Amino acid sequence: MAEFHPKTFAFFCNWCTYTGADLAGTSRMLYPADFRVIKVPCTGRIDFEFIVKAFEQGADGVWISGCHIGDCHYNSGNYYAQRRWAIFRQELGFLGIDLRRLKFSWISAAEGRKFAVEAKEFVERITELGPYTEFHSIIPKTREAEAVTGGGN
Amino acid sequence: MNINDKSPAGEVATMAEVSEVVKKLRERAKELLASGAVKMIIGYGDGYSKGKTVPIFITKPEDADRLIFDARCQNSLSMYLKTAEIKAKGKIGIVVKGCDARAINVLLLENQVKRENLHILGMVCEGVGDPTQDKCGWCMANTPPVYDDLFGEPIPNKGWNEETFAEVLKLEAMSPAELWKFWTEQFDKCIKCYACRQACPICTCTRCITDKNQPQWVPTSPHSEGNYHWNLTRAFHLAGRCVGCNACHNACPMDIPLKLINWKLIKVVYDDYNFIAGMDSATLPPMETYKVGEETDFIK
Repeated sequence: MAEFHPKTFAFFCNWCTYTGADLAGTSRMLYPADFRVIKVPCTGRIDFEFIVKAFEQGADGVWISGCHIGDCHYNSGNYYAQRRWAIFRQELGFLGIDLRRLKFSWISAAEGRKFAVEAKEFVERITELGPYTEFHSIIPKTREAEAVTGGGN
Repeated sequence: MNINDKSPAGEVATMAEVSEVVKKLRERAKELLASGAVKMIIGYGDGYSKGKTVPIFITKPEDADRLIFDARCQNSLSMYLKTAEIKAKGKIGIVVKGCDARAINVLLLENQVKRENLHILGMVCEGVGDPTQDKCGWCMANTPPVYDDLFGEPIPNKGWNEETFAEVLKLEAMSPAELWKFWTEQFDKCIKCYACRQACPICTCTRCITDKNQPQWVPTSPHSEGNYHWNLTRAFHLAGRCVGCNACHNACPMDIPLKLINWKLIKVVYDDYNFIAGMDSATLPPMETYKVGEETDFIK
């Protein structure tokens, strides 16, 4: 059997974590590539629907990362985001979502090293957890094949 | 429900059967309508079968005698305030219990209604339903927090009560796998009738996210995925806003314990941000504001 590569989505803020990922790349740091990055203007832009949709698209894990508190390009976007996730995360936990499959981090544009470390930690954690069969089981059969295996890595 | 239990529609209860409080309510309603202070009064009227009430919308002073108030008045009339038909009326009067008044506070905070367009007829309430609903046992608004006229002897309002959350705590003690099983089984019953949304006084969007299809965020079919997504979304859109009136829970024809998700979020919002929705119409709910320097432990 082929080695398991998780299907994961990463929502990065344009100003910090995305630039941090750039720095990790230009510094030739190695990190696993098993996540698809979606660039958003700010962590405050991330509607909770994005996370639910990611799981519906067959994600095994979701990673959300942005500017450190106090560093937001728009001053307060990540403050709002922080409260939103603090509450939403608890609702997800209450409704039976495995919270280990969600990762939140603050990574600044200067933290290429931190980015590489966190990426490794995230991918290793999700690989170890394996496919999110629980959530996959509620995806309608008509879409399941496409959602769970589709798109490649 | 026995169809023969019908009490004739429109029959006015004789004054002897009517409590002093309701007499005062009717008098005041008459005054308001006769003077033209309000265009309409939304209140509770006798239902067509025993133990039920119907919402009545009265515009003539003589109809004020149809108003009633007792433990049967379970439904929230505040939810009519969000409708375009009522908003177009101008100033209206509305009969509210404490929980409905809390919902009005949320609507006022969110600029969904104008205070000058409302004449709130607040009723002191000691619990509704037969048997009395569990939410009434730990009610924090026996006396409505907002009103123009108050009917009944005011009862000092109780504060936050942990007892409310016994059922939530029971679920919290379960493992994620058990919770997943519990909720997916519950949500599988959902038929996507959206009664929970319609009955909610706080669900004010004229176009609900589930009705939007470009993009289609919430799958609309009543299959497991769509049901899970809808119920999760509905509850989260009410986080920090829900007053715990249980209108959604009572409206659900499939008996999904929606109140538990709402209470969980009410608890989270209180534990983390010390906020209770609807107690006044000035304090911003936690997700609409922030504190400089605050940090959480789960974001590293």
